[in-house]
Amino acid sequence: MADGQSLFGIHAAALALRSQRMSMLASNIANAATPGYKARDIDFDRALDLASRGVATGEAADEATAYRVPVTPSLDGNTVELSTEQTLFAENAVQYRSTLAFLQGRIATITRALKGD
Amino acid sequence: MPGPMNIFDIAGRAMSAQLVRLNTTASNLANAGSISSSKETAFRALKPVFQSVGDRPGVATVNVASIVEGGGDPVKRHMPGHPLADANGDVWEANVDTAAELVEMVESARQYENNVQVLQTVKTLTLDTLRLGQ
Repeated sequence: MADGQSLFGIHAAALALRSQRMSMLASNIANAATPGYKARDIDFDRALDLASRGVATGEAADEATAYRVPVTPSLDGNTVELSTEQTLFAENAVQYRSTLAFLQGRIATITRALKGD
Repeated sequence: MPGPMNIFDIAGRAMSAQLVRLNTTASNLANAGSISSSKETAFRALKPVFQSVGDRPGVATVNVASIVEGGGDPVKRHMPGHPLADANGDVWEANVDTAAELVEMVESARQYENNVQVLQTVKTLTLDTLRLGQ
Protein backbone atom coordinates (compact mmCIF):
# COMPACT_ATOMS: atom_id res chain seq x y z
CA MET A 1 0.00 0.00 0.00
CA ALA A 2 2.79 2.44 0.93
CA ASP A 3 4.51 1.91 -2.43
CA GLY A 4 1.27 2.41 -4.32
CA GLN A 5 0.61 5.64 -2.44
CA SER A 6 4.00 7.13 -3.16
CA LEU A 7 3.75 6.26 -6.86
CA PHE A 8 0.11 7.06 -7.59
CA GLY A 9 -0.78 9.32 -4.67
CA ILE A 10 -4.40 9.33 -3.58
CA HIS A 11 -5.61 7.98 -6.94
CA ALA A 12 -4.77 4.33 -6.21
CA ALA A 13 -7.08 4.27 -3.18
CA ALA A 14 -9.66 6.38 -5.03
CA LEU A 15 -9.84 3.86 -7.90
CA ALA A 16 -10.32 0.92 -5.51
CA LEU A 17 -13.05 2.78 -3.62
CA ARG A 18 -14.83 3.85 -6.81
CA SER A 19 -14.78 0.24 -7.98
CA GLN A 20 -16.31 -0.94 -4.68
CA ARG A 21 -18.92 1.79 -4.83
CA MET A 22 -19.74 0.68 -8.38
CA SER A 23 -20.49 -2.89 -7.24
CA MET A 24 -22.64 -1.55 -4.42
CA LEU A 25 -24.69 0.64 -6.77
CA ALA A 26 -24.95 -2.24 -9.27
CA SER A 27 -26.32 -4.41 -6.43
CA ASN A 28 -28.92 -1.77 -5.66
CA ILE A 29 -30.02 -1.64 -9.31
CA ALA A 30 -30.07 -5.46 -9.49
CA ASN A 31 -32.30 -5.64 -6.40
CA ALA A 32 -34.74 -2.95 -7.54
CA ALA A 33 -37.61 -5.48 -7.38
CA THR A 34 -36.59 -7.55 -4.34
CA PRO A 35 -39.06 -7.10 -1.46
CA GLY A 36 -37.39 -5.90 1.73
CA TYR A 37 -34.04 -5.08 0.13
CA LYS A 38 -32.32 -2.10 1.75
CA ALA A 39 -30.16 -0.04 -0.57
CA ARG A 40 -26.65 0.80 0.64
CA ASP A 41 -24.03 3.26 -0.53
CA ILE A 42 -20.47 4.28 0.30
CA ASP A 43 -19.85 7.83 1.52
CA PHE A 44 -16.93 8.35 -0.83
CA ASP A 45 -15.45 11.44 0.85
CA ARG A 46 -15.37 9.70 4.21
CA ALA A 47 -13.92 6.48 2.77
CA LEU A 48 -11.18 8.37 0.93
CA ASP A 49 -10.40 10.36 4.06
CA LEU A 50 -9.98 7.12 6.02
CA ALA A 51 -7.91 5.54 3.24
CA SER A 52 -5.59 8.56 3.06
CA ARG A 53 -4.96 8.17 6.79
CA GLY A 54 -3.64 4.64 6.22
CA VAL A 55 -6.76 2.50 6.65
CA ALA A 56 -6.94 -0.35 4.09
CA THR A 57 -9.42 0.44 1.29
CA GLY A 58 -11.64 -2.54 2.11
CA GLU A 59 -11.99 -1.49 5.74
CA ALA A 60 -12.43 2.17 4.79
CA ALA A 61 -15.28 1.23 2.42
CA ASP A 62 -16.96 -0.92 5.10
CA GLU A 63 -16.61 1.90 7.60
CA ALA A 64 -18.17 4.47 5.26
CA THR A 65 -21.06 2.26 4.11
CA ALA A 66 -24.54 3.37 5.12
CA TYR A 67 -28.15 2.63 4.26
CA ARG A 68 -29.88 4.90 1.79
CA VAL A 69 -32.78 6.96 3.14
CA PRO A 70 -35.59 6.67 0.56
CA VAL A 71 -37.48 9.77 -0.61
CA THR A 72 -40.76 7.84 -0.69
CA PRO A 73 -40.74 4.52 1.22
CA SER A 74 -42.41 1.69 -0.70
CA LEU A 75 -44.94 -0.75 0.71
CA ASP A 76 -42.79 -3.87 0.26
CA GLY A 77 -39.89 -2.50 2.33
CA ASN A 78 -37.61 -2.02 -0.67
CA THR A 79 -35.61 1.22 -0.45
CA VAL A 80 -34.17 1.22 -3.99
CA GLU A 81 -35.17 4.26 -6.02
CA LEU A 82 -34.03 3.66 -9.56
CA SER A 83 -33.70 7.32 -10.52
CA THR A 84 -31.35 7.96 -7.59
CA GLU A 85 -29.33 4.82 -8.15
CA GLN A 86 -28.96 5.37 -11.89
CA THR A 87 -27.82 8.97 -11.44
CA LEU A 88 -25.26 7.97 -8.82
CA PHE A 89 -24.07 5.03 -10.94
CA ALA A 90 -23.50 7.31 -13.95
CA GLU A 91 -21.75 9.88 -11.76
CA ASN A 92 -19.53 7.23 -10.21
CA ALA A 93 -18.65 5.84 -13.65
CA VAL A 94 -17.52 9.28 -14.83
CA GLN A 95 -15.50 9.75 -11.64
CA TYR A 96 -13.92 6.31 -12.11
CA ARG A 97 -12.90 7.35 -15.61
CA SER A 98 -11.39 10.61 -14.39
CA THR A 99 -9.39 8.72 -11.76
CA LEU A 100 -8.17 6.46 -14.58
CA ALA A 101 -7.13 9.55 -16.54
CA PHE A 102 -5.14 10.82 -13.53
CA LEU A 103 -3.40 7.46 -13.23
CA GLN A 104 -2.72 7.41 -16.96
CA GLY A 105 -1.10 10.83 -16.67
CA ARG A 106 1.05 9.71 -13.77
CA ILE A 107 2.18 6.59 -15.64
CA ALA A 108 3.01 8.67 -18.73
CA THR A 109 5.09 11.08 -16.62
CA ILE A 110 7.05 8.29 -14.97
CA THR A 111 7.57 6.46 -18.28
CA ARG A 112 8.90 9.64 -19.82
CA ALA A 113 11.25 10.18 -16.88
CA LEU A 114 12.51 6.60 -17.11
CA LYS A 115 13.15 6.80 -20.85
CA GLY A 116 14.85 10.14 -20.41
CA ASP A 117 13.69 11.64 -23.68
CA MET B 1 -20.20 -19.15 -5.47
CA PRO B 2 -16.43 -19.49 -6.06
CA GLY B 3 -14.48 -16.26 -5.61
CA PRO B 4 -15.89 -12.86 -4.78
CA MET B 5 -18.97 -11.72 -6.66
CA ASN B 6 -18.24 -9.24 -9.44
CA ILE B 7 -20.53 -6.78 -11.19
CA PHE B 8 -20.94 -9.12 -14.17
CA ASP B 9 -22.44 -11.74 -11.81
CA ILE B 10 -24.65 -9.14 -10.14
CA ALA B 11 -26.09 -7.66 -13.32
CA GLY B 12 -26.19 -10.98 -15.21
CA ARG B 13 -28.15 -12.81 -12.54
CA ALA B 14 -30.49 -9.87 -12.09
CA MET B 15 -31.15 -9.99 -15.83
CA SER B 16 -32.05 -13.68 -15.71
CA ALA B 17 -34.34 -13.03 -12.71
CA GLN B 18 -36.12 -10.27 -14.63
CA LEU B 19 -36.44 -12.65 -17.58
CA VAL B 20 -38.16 -15.23 -15.34
CA ARG B 21 -40.53 -12.48 -14.22
CA LEU B 22 -41.21 -11.54 -17.86
CA ASN B 23 -41.88 -15.22 -18.65
CA THR B 24 -44.45 -15.54 -15.86
CA THR B 25 -46.12 -12.32 -17.04
CA ALA B 26 -46.29 -13.73 -20.57
CA SER B 27 -47.91 -16.98 -19.37
CA ASN B 28 -50.37 -15.04 -17.20
CA LEU B 29 -51.39 -12.84 -20.12
CA ALA B 30 -51.61 -15.82 -22.47
CA ASN B 31 -53.93 -17.59 -20.03
CA ALA B 32 -56.06 -14.56 -19.20
CA GLY B 33 -59.70 -15.55 -19.49
CA SER B 34 -58.99 -19.22 -20.19
CA ILE B 35 -61.84 -21.53 -19.24
CA SER B 36 -61.67 -24.70 -17.17
CA SER B 37 -64.27 -27.25 -16.12
CA SER B 38 -63.42 -27.18 -12.38
CA LYS B 39 -62.12 -24.69 -9.84
CA GLU B 40 -59.02 -26.83 -9.09
CA THR B 41 -57.81 -27.11 -12.68
CA ALA B 42 -58.44 -23.45 -13.57
CA PHE B 43 -55.35 -21.37 -14.29
CA ARG B 44 -54.06 -19.16 -11.49
CA ALA B 45 -51.64 -16.27 -12.03
CA LEU B 46 -47.96 -17.13 -11.50
CA LYS B 47 -45.70 -14.85 -9.49
CA PRO B 48 -41.92 -15.16 -9.05
CA VAL B 49 -40.51 -14.60 -5.54
CA PHE B 50 -37.33 -12.54 -5.66
CA GLN B 51 -34.69 -12.99 -3.00
CA SER B 52 -31.40 -11.16 -2.66
CA VAL B 53 -28.22 -13.24 -2.37
CA GLY B 54 -24.98 -11.64 -1.29
CA ASP B 55 -21.52 -12.49 -0.01
CA ARG B 56 -20.41 -9.11 1.39
CA PRO B 57 -22.57 -6.43 2.99
CA GLY B 58 -23.98 -4.21 0.28
CA VAL B 59 -22.90 -6.48 -2.58
CA ALA B 60 -25.82 -8.65 -3.55
CA THR B 61 -27.54 -10.00 -6.60
CA VAL B 62 -31.03 -11.37 -7.00
CA ASN B 63 -32.32 -14.89 -7.30
CA VAL B 64 -35.75 -16.33 -8.04
CA ALA B 65 -36.45 -18.28 -4.83
CA SER B 66 -39.65 -19.85 -6.13
CA ILE B 67 -42.63 -19.30 -8.40
CA VAL B 68 -45.93 -19.25 -6.54
CA GLU B 69 -49.49 -19.37 -7.75
CA GLY B 70 -51.28 -16.27 -6.60
CA GLY B 71 -53.99 -13.90 -7.58
CA GLY B 72 -57.70 -14.18 -7.04
CA ASP B 73 -59.81 -17.33 -7.14
CA PRO B 74 -61.10 -18.42 -10.55
CA VAL B 75 -64.42 -16.83 -11.42
CA LYS B 76 -67.45 -19.14 -11.72
CA ARG B 77 -69.60 -18.50 -14.77
CA HIS B 78 -72.86 -20.11 -15.70
CA MET B 79 -72.48 -21.16 -19.35
CA PRO B 80 -74.55 -24.31 -19.94
CA GLY B 81 -73.79 -24.32 -23.67
CA HIS B 82 -69.99 -24.41 -23.14
CA PRO B 83 -68.33 -27.74 -24.04
CA LEU B 84 -66.31 -27.64 -20.76
CA ALA B 85 -69.33 -26.93 -18.53
CA ASP B 86 -69.86 -29.28 -15.56
CA ALA B 87 -73.14 -30.95 -14.45
CA ASN B 88 -74.53 -27.62 -13.18
CA GLY B 89 -73.62 -25.85 -16.40
CA ASP B 90 -70.80 -23.87 -14.74
CA VAL B 91 -67.28 -23.11 -16.01
CA TRP B 92 -64.36 -21.46 -14.21
CA GLU B 93 -62.52 -18.59 -15.80
CA ALA B 94 -58.90 -17.74 -14.87
CA ASN B 95 -58.82 -14.59 -12.76
CA VAL B 96 -55.88 -12.73 -14.33
CA ASP B 97 -55.61 -8.99 -13.76
CA THR B 98 -54.46 -8.00 -17.25
CA ALA B 99 -53.86 -4.34 -16.39
CA ALA B 100 -51.58 -5.30 -13.48
CA GLU B 101 -49.78 -7.84 -15.67
CA LEU B 102 -49.12 -5.24 -18.36
CA VAL B 103 -47.72 -2.84 -15.75
CA GLU B 104 -45.54 -5.69 -14.45
CA MET B 105 -44.32 -6.37 -18.00
CA VAL B 106 -43.27 -2.76 -18.59
CA GLU B 107 -41.59 -2.61 -15.18
CA SER B 108 -39.55 -5.77 -15.64
CA ALA B 109 -38.53 -4.69 -19.14
CA ARG B 110 -37.29 -1.36 -17.74
CA GLN B 111 -35.35 -3.05 -14.95
CA TYR B 112 -33.83 -5.49 -17.45
CA GLU B 113 -32.68 -2.51 -19.51
CA ASN B 114 -31.15 -0.88 -16.43
CA ASN B 115 -29.07 -3.98 -15.79
CA VAL B 116 -27.95 -4.06 -19.43
CA GLN B 117 -26.84 -0.45 -19.03
CA VAL B 118 -24.87 -1.32 -15.88
CA LEU B 119 -23.19 -4.20 -17.73
CA GLN B 120 -22.23 -1.98 -20.67
CA THR B 121 -20.76 0.73 -18.45
CA VAL B 122 -18.80 -1.76 -16.38
CA LYS B 123 -17.48 -3.51 -19.49
CA THR B 124 -16.15 -0.25 -20.94
CA LEU B 125 -14.58 0.79 -17.64
CA THR B 126 -12.95 -2.63 -17.14
CA LEU B 127 -11.46 -2.52 -20.64
CA ASP B 128 -10.19 1.02 -19.99
CA THR B 129 -8.58 -0.16 -16.76
CA LEU B 130 -6.91 -3.03 -18.61
CA ARG B 131 -5.44 -0.59 -21.12
CA LEU B 132 -4.00 1.55 -18.30
CA GLY B 133 -0.38 2.46 -18.99
CA GLN B 134 -0.36 1.40 -22.63
